[in-house]
Amino acid sequence: MSVSKEFLKEERDQAWRNEIRKSLTAKERTSLARVHMNEVDAMERILSNVEVNTGLTAEQAQCEAKRCLDCIDPTCISGCPVEINIPKFIKRIEQGEFLEAAKTLKETSTLPAVCGRVCPQEKQCEAKCFYTLKLKKEPVAIGYLERFAADYERESGQISVPEKASANGIKVAVIGSGPAGLTCAGEMAKKGYSVTVFEALHEIGGVLKYGIPEFRLPNSIVDVEIDSLKKMGVEFETNFIVGKTSSFEELKEEGYQAFFTGSGAGLPRFMNLPGENYIGILSSNEYLTRVNLMHAADSLTDTPILRGKNVAIIGGGNTAMDSVRTAKRLGAERAMIIYRRSMDEMPARVEEIKHAQEEGIEFLTLTNPLEYFANDKGRVNKMRVQKMELGEPDASGRRRPVAIEGSEYDIDVDTVVVSVGVSPNPLIPNSLPQLEVTKWGTISVNEENLQSSIPEMFAGGDIVRGGATVILAMGDGRKAAAEMDKYFKSKK
Amino acid sequence: MNKIVDKEYYSDNVVRLEVEAPRIAKARRAGHFVIVKPDEKGERIPLTIATSDVKKGTITLVIQKVGVTSRKIANLNVGDHITDLVGPLGQATHIEKVGTVLMCGGGVGVAPLLPIVEAFKKAGNKVITILAARSKDLIILEDQMREHSDELIIMTDDGSYGTKGLVTEGMKRVMDREKVDLSVVIGPAIMMKFASLTTKEYNVPTYASLNTIMVDGTGMCGACRVTVGGKTKFVCIDGPEFDAHQVDFDEMLLRLSGYKEIEQKADQDYLDQHK
Repeated sequence: MSVSKEFLKEERDQAWRNEIRKSLTAKERTSLARVHMNEVDAMERILSNVEVNTGLTAEQAQCEAKRCLDCIDPTCISGCPVEINIPKFIKRIEQGEFLEAAKTLKETSTLPAVCGRVCPQEKQCEAKCFYTLKLKKEPVAIGYLERFAADYERESGQISVPEKASANGIKVAVIGSGPAGLTCAGEMAKKGYSVTVFEALHEIGGVLKYGIPEFRLPNSIVDVEIDSLKKMGVEFETNFIVGKTSSFEELKEEGYQAFFTGSGAGLPRFMNLPGENYIGILSSNEYLTRVNLMHAADSLTDTPILRGKNVAIIGGGNTAMDSVRTAKRLGAERAMIIYRRSMDEMPARVEEIKHAQEEGIEFLTLTNPLEYFANDKGRVNKMRVQKMELGEPDASGRRRPVAIEGSEYDIDVDTVVVSVGVSPNPLIPNSLPQLEVTKWGTISVNEENLQSSIPEMFAGGDIVRGGATVILAMGDGRKAAAEMDKYFKSKK
Repeated sequence: MNKIVDKEYYSDNVVRLEVEAPRIAKARRAGHFVIVKPDEKGERIPLTIATSDVKKGTITLVIQKVGVTSRKIANLNVGDHITDLVGPLGQATHIEKVGTVLMCGGGVGVAPLLPIVEAFKKAGNKVITILAARSKDLIILEDQMREHSDELIIMTDDGSYGTKGLVTEGMKRVMDREKVDLSVVIGPAIMMKFASLTTKEYNVPTYASLNTIMVDGTGMCGACRVTVGGKTKFVCIDGPEFDAHQVDFDEMLLRLSGYKEIEQKADQDYLDQHK
């Protein structure tokens, strides 16, 4: 699926676009410096869950928007999994028409305020920006601008609800209310379908709620996006596990004619090390769920949380960064990342690593855990690690970490968070034996149209990809909605 | 929101609640559990389903007050609502005709054992059931158990009812007397540990239904992990029933105490506030 060049050109040729583009020369635009995101000071922000990035001011945003050259061939769009019309929304910002900018975002993105915060823009749109590709300069801050427009609209109270096709009376079910499911639901509602989203947990939002911490993505922001979907007529059923609470057959009898499964990669991996089941060793999913979904750090809630003094997080991804920064905010004196490769191979976003470093997080790279030890009450008190060095590149293209003989040493820890990845949640595949799955347990889909071995079931996000990003899940949700729509039209 | 439609006190600390949950009532099988979050600020805890009534659209839960969350649930009255209830979760009990089965329930573990006793009886097995508790007032569901069992034995630690002694003594007496083909034990972890050691001596295959700490109950968090046959398993999706002879009960007991200090303090605060 891709937006047509003709359409983009037509949009670009509109009078307002021509006018704003010609208001400055390219040289004037490229001579401007990239804006810096405003942030809460590191020592202040670790005392609470306050959002780290505070956003751009209108002045900063308009100035940054001027840097965008409004290219004839907007390569940035090809870097966006949901193909936002990036130059158009940026030129709306330059023009000062911030609400129009937000509307442009919503043409293709269901969750712009979320994407503006958590997308790895440096690997997507911004990596394809003319500045990056041709000028070898810092790209236009597309992510910051996206967030600015979405926040401006929300704070203005004038939130636009996307236009909907007239109701076609066809009921579809979306399983899972994370980024894939919410996007699919929004797109299907726009096309006139009657959509119900089924969520296993008591809160809507999936990983956006239980996973990503408040300091990176406040729950209130997610709730506003969910409200927009409700206004579009999307219905939500929480505490409902499709395949368990009711079977697929029962839901079909209730009139659901197609399903989109976006149930996520909710099964934490452990490393099977000796002592890994001691008290105080938990998955990042558990740690983050307790804090983010159950609000365990709030004294008014009942869910308990272990507040460690010496906390080690195993892994180097975004979830590991979220966990280690959460540990710091829960009062850890030492909050450490233990990662078996070097800083260069670390999969977490550059921004998250930078923020973690500012907050006093220790990075023990080229270090791998071997075994855990506990006190007489079974609480972990020590971990044995081994130093590593980088060898030949492996299948992932990254240099393989190789253990250094005799380099073992012990680190005092009282809490360990294992953040070495997740496997697909088996609940849906288990309840549908006729559904084909891969050897990794992900749902097999036709890559062209995201259709599973059951024709009326489409799937996307981490239940198909294994463990990816919010925006890729959203891209799948959008694509699946388009394909589901085609599926119904071809049946007629 | 799920409404409480009936409530009965088995003792000061043990309560039976009948809760509206029509879909779960229809879908649940013996061995399934639900996750309950009693109110907005509440914690999510697993509770095994005792019985259900498909026509009324209700499920029955038996709760013993042991901490803040179980107290909150047990203190709900007819007409009150549970904020969040999800299920049925876990793998259903594998029911088949094996011959003679020995069913052992300790404390409130008797409640989840009831549907299993019923199902094994229905499948044509000879069912011998042992209900065990510290004292007479903690013996629950005696009549219902008797109805579905060929023989019912009651054991109390203090001898206030039935035979004085531990559940394991009752089990030995049965297994000394006749051949048992399968045993199911549900109760406190320590009781299951010793019941399992006992059936191992007699080479009787045994299932235990584990009740560990859980958060989501859907495989997402791994709080419920236990070691079974040397491998880490998740009680919520792989269980809750496992081959008892393979379960590392000592590790499970340790993990159950993971939040003990925090829980005890919270419970005391709750009791102080609700004097």
